[in-house]
Amino acid sequence: MTLQDIRTAPLGQVLRPNVWDVVAIILVIGAMVLIVYGGEQTTEPLSELQASPVSLDPANLPLYALRTTMRMLLAIVCSTIFTFVYAAVAAKSRRAEIVLIPLLDILQSVPILGFLTFTVVFFMNLFPGRVLGAELACVFAIFTSQAWNMTFSMYQSIRNVPKDLEEASQSFHLSPWQRFWRLDVPFAMPGLIWNAMMSMSGGWFFVVASEAITVGNTTVTLPGIGSYVALAIENRNLAAIGFALLTMFLVIIAYDQLLFRPIVAWADKFRFEQTASGNVPESWMLDLFRRTRALRALSYPFSAINRAFSNLHVQLPAALRWQADRGAPSRVFDAIWFVVIGASTGYAAWRAYLYLSTNLSPSDVATAFVSGLVTLARVAVLIALATLLWVPIGVWIGLRPKLAERIQPLAQFLAAFPANLAFPVFVVFIVHFHLNANIWLSPLMILGTQWYILFNVIAGASAFPSDLREAASSFHLRGWRWWIKVVLPGIFPYYVTGAITASGGSWNASIVAEVASWGDTHLTAKGLGSYIASATEAGDYPRVVLGIAIMCVLVTLFNRLVWRPLYAFGERRLRLG
Amino acid sequence: MPSASAAFASADAGNILMLDKSSEQALIEMHGVCRSFPKGRGEDLLVLEKVDLTIRAGEIVGLLGRSGSGKSTLLRIIAGLVAPSSGDAKCRGETIISPPNGIAMVFQSFALFPWLTVLQNVELGLEALGVESGERRKRALAAIDLIGLDGFESAFPKELSGGMRQRVGFARALVVHPDLLLMDEPFSALDVLTAETLRTDLVDLWVEGRLPIKSVLMVTHNIEEAVLMCDRILVFSSNPGRVAAEIKVDMPHPRNRLDPAFRQLVDSIYARMTKRPEPKVMPLDGIPGTGVGMVLRHVSSNVLSGLIETLAAPPYDGHADLPVLASQLQFEADEIFHLGESLQLLRFAQLSEGDLTLTEAGRRFANLETDARKKLFAQHLIDHVPVMGLVRRVLDERPSHTAPAARFRNELEDYMSEEDADETLKTIVSWGRYAELFAYDEHSETFSLENPG
Ligand SMILES: Nc1ncnc2c1ncn2[C@@H]1O[C@H](COP(=O)(O)OP(=O)(O)O)[C@@H](O)[C@H]1O
Ligand SMILES: [Mg+2]
Repeated sequence: MTLQDIRTAPLGQVLRPNVWDVVAIILVIGAMVLIVYGGEQTTEPLSELQASPVSLDPANLPLYALRTTMRMLLAIVCSTIFTFVYAAVAAKSRRAEIVLIPLLDILQSVPILGFLTFTVVFFMNLFPGRVLGAELACVFAIFTSQAWNMTFSMYQSIRNVPKDLEEASQSFHLSPWQRFWRLDVPFAMPGLIWNAMMSMSGGWFFVVASEAITVGNTTVTLPGIGSYVALAIENRNLAAIGFALLTMFLVIIAYDQLLFRPIVAWADKFRFEQTASGNVPESWMLDLFRRTRALRALSYPFSAINRAFSNLHVQLPAALRWQADRGAPSRVFDAIWFVVIGASTGYAAWRAYLYLSTNLSPSDVATAFVSGLVTLARVAVLIALATLLWVPIGVWIGLRPKLAERIQPLAQFLAAFPANLAFPVFVVFIVHFHLNANIWLSPLMILGTQWYILFNVIAGASAFPSDLREAASSFHLRGWRWWIKVVLPGIFPYYVTGAITASGGSWNASIVAEVASWGDTHLTAKGLGSYIASATEAGDYPRVVLGIAIMCVLVTLFNRLVWRPLYAFGERRLRLG
Repeated sequence: MPSASAAFASADAGNILMLDKSSEQALIEMHGVCRSFPKGRGEDLLVLEKVDLTIRAGEIVGLLGRSGSGKSTLLRIIAGLVAPSSGDAKCRGETIISPPNGIAMVFQSFALFPWLTVLQNVELGLEALGVESGERRKRALAAIDLIGLDGFESAFPKELSGGMRQRVGFARALVVHPDLLLMDEPFSALDVLTAETLRTDLVDLWVEGRLPIKSVLMVTHNIEEAVLMCDRILVFSSNPGRVAAEIKVDMPHPRNRLDPAFRQLVDSIYARMTKRPEPKVMPLDGIPGTGVGMVLRHVSSNVLSGLIETLAAPPYDGHADLPVLASQLQFEADEIFHLGESLQLLRFAQLSEGDLTLTEAGRRFANLETDARKKLFAQHLIDHVPVMGLVRRVLDERPSHTAPAARFRNELEDYMSEEDADETLKTIVSWGRYAELFAYDEHSETFSLENPG
């Protein structure tokens, strides 16, 4: 895109700044200052946190918001780097793939918040006495909530690179390195960006939950919106919670407008389709940058560097290099590889068994498992209720394009909004009316994740072919028949996608949703989430491990036995077009 | 900016010098090349059998054959994208193990990078070769100029029409100044007029010596295209693919499609391609149970009855020349072959020497009402298509009168690749439904005898 401009525009004109440059430069410099400032804070010693504790003064909120956002940014950068490496290795090496992909699948269902216990200890030991350790633990928690689905998306894209493009890059002698940057990465870009957006939405929840962590008798409170809210809860300060909600609201809007919309608009050129589509995503921010002359000139060296980078002569390990398809690969190496995998798996299982069996008795397993079933029941009921509520509404909205266009961003925003900020409001309500915590804490689990169902259903209904709708109305299909025969099959694959995300999110949320407090009042609902949460608070590591393991197993089973078959069914039978 | 012809002038000079030197040594030499692909149950599908092929500098060679005969596979072996199972393939005397230098490819699907502009697409091959950026830009612009893409340098492929996209495909291949240009059905994704323009443009550039290449190998299933462009045509037979005939075309360029010599050559190739029926797995003796392994190409029953009607009506009156029929009905040579073969299989017509003749049953079919047609069709299916008889027999014998599709798919896959089995099954379903021999439920993938309600 830029090449042609270089050729046609006379040089002097390129470099003379215009009005837009001033605006854009201020934005860029502002961003840099904020990043540097936020970065400086993290190298402070840990005692600094005690010296200037989080305060409820709303004037501090912008600063806290900045710190929280920085953690998010850092995490998404880490996730992206991880994605590039992990997905590339998994997609290019058959032997690595055998291990990496199932691993990713399981990692996806690990309850991240339960995990926090170990990572905090680990990172604190890595940088003893420094804020950096706690910061990294928090970033790591966000990272683990973001990386997996991005990696999956990239892996799948690389595996599905169109065969002709692959052959073209081979026959034109692109090196594997060039191929990766010129073909694999661009092809994976749209899916990756979409998944990064989803990840960011989920990430806010975790950053808020992991800023104030208590492990055994250590409590770490990192300055940020999450710890601000934690303090507000402790002090029963409802006004402060209101301020925090408002701040978060503004932060997410800014994030969306300043970062993601420009990226989505820019990435439109990577969409793999052969015809120009009329519906091009827009971003005022990107337009602003495209209108600036000097800033664009600044970006030329970047694109040149980018080009030079992708043209580097990088030798990849032989295992990752492409070879003409020449029949079966070596069986001996396969055998050795399988033995290695088997041995390490066996060893890991043995160590886990030893650790757990010395500290736990079978009755512990039974207790945890029963708690797991309780939480499972909760998730199932909540998803069913959310389905009954949002599917009809989503269809109604989706079939009205004008309305859908306005509601869709709202639903996405609600999914991004960290629902845990709103928990206290519910808790106050429950305490005030003396409601049963076992029942009334449950909705918190799905508070933030139900929106995935809504916006996927809206997307499905919007994509519903209008000729099918017209055909249905010309056959006078109405009422429940219309739902069963026409609409539900049409939106089914979309619904399942949304429901998978929602149910995964709810499991995770159970760890913070099944225990809630307001000042000195503590509410607990029986379930695996509260089991893990209370074990964490008590520093009882074996039970934390047990709880996490059982949650992993339940989530994986639920996915394999319910969602996967439903998804496959939807893809096979009901995918339109 | 230097003009295109100037930029290529040096290349041309080089070509001519090299041409003399390399005239003894063939560019590509293949001996006894076989290639098979694994299909289910440990068996292999032999796609190429003992192919010998030589390509020298200064010629356009056409590889003509029906779809599925292994032309693309052969091209990919030369391009170094697929390795032969046995036999040796050499490029300038060296065995091909990876994409050789000096070979560039043009794809049927264009295979352009949608996120790169025309200029960037064209430059890509040069970047891979490590050509320095000034030189790269110069050569890319020259190629774009040559191929008639001037002014489109900064356009993205999705903004271009099909013909323009394929021009980008040509420019991208030409810019690396390859010795051999490989083209895999480069015109078949284009509409008729665009394809013709591009063909003549390319032939003109070739004749004028303005293309920076020495030879072209192009794959096609279009007989006229081969005769129009090539100096030598290799006719490919299918199952397994091998070179059945080699035809030299001595007519000077530009060739005229209406020229009697041109027509005669096209007709004779048609005849040659229909005279040699493919050695199918099925013996034609029709013993129940043996002919099940026949691959049935999916041809809709509507098209079949349409073709029978056309054949029965004037001006054909039951007898037609295939090329004439193909051009009147706007079919590719390949498609008309499939149709003719299906009719022959059902004994509604006879194929020979490029002609299609209705049989007695075919004439009768043309004059019947819908219901009677279905009955006749059903009768012929049972009598002449063993697998249809099999399906019907299994359904009759089973108490439930139902059978899962897997029952037949498994049996088919004993004889053919998975793809072929799929297509055959699809054909069975669609013909069987038309003839009302049985019903089929897509959801449960089961055949049954009950009539669909
Ligand atoms: N990679 C592959 N794996 C399995 N079968 C293949 C593969 N490539 C081609 N074939 C089979 O080889 C046969 C010939 O294919 P192809 O060379 O594409 O024929 P053509 O180009 O003449 O139409 C087809 O039956 C096809 O199914
Ligand atoms: Mg082909």
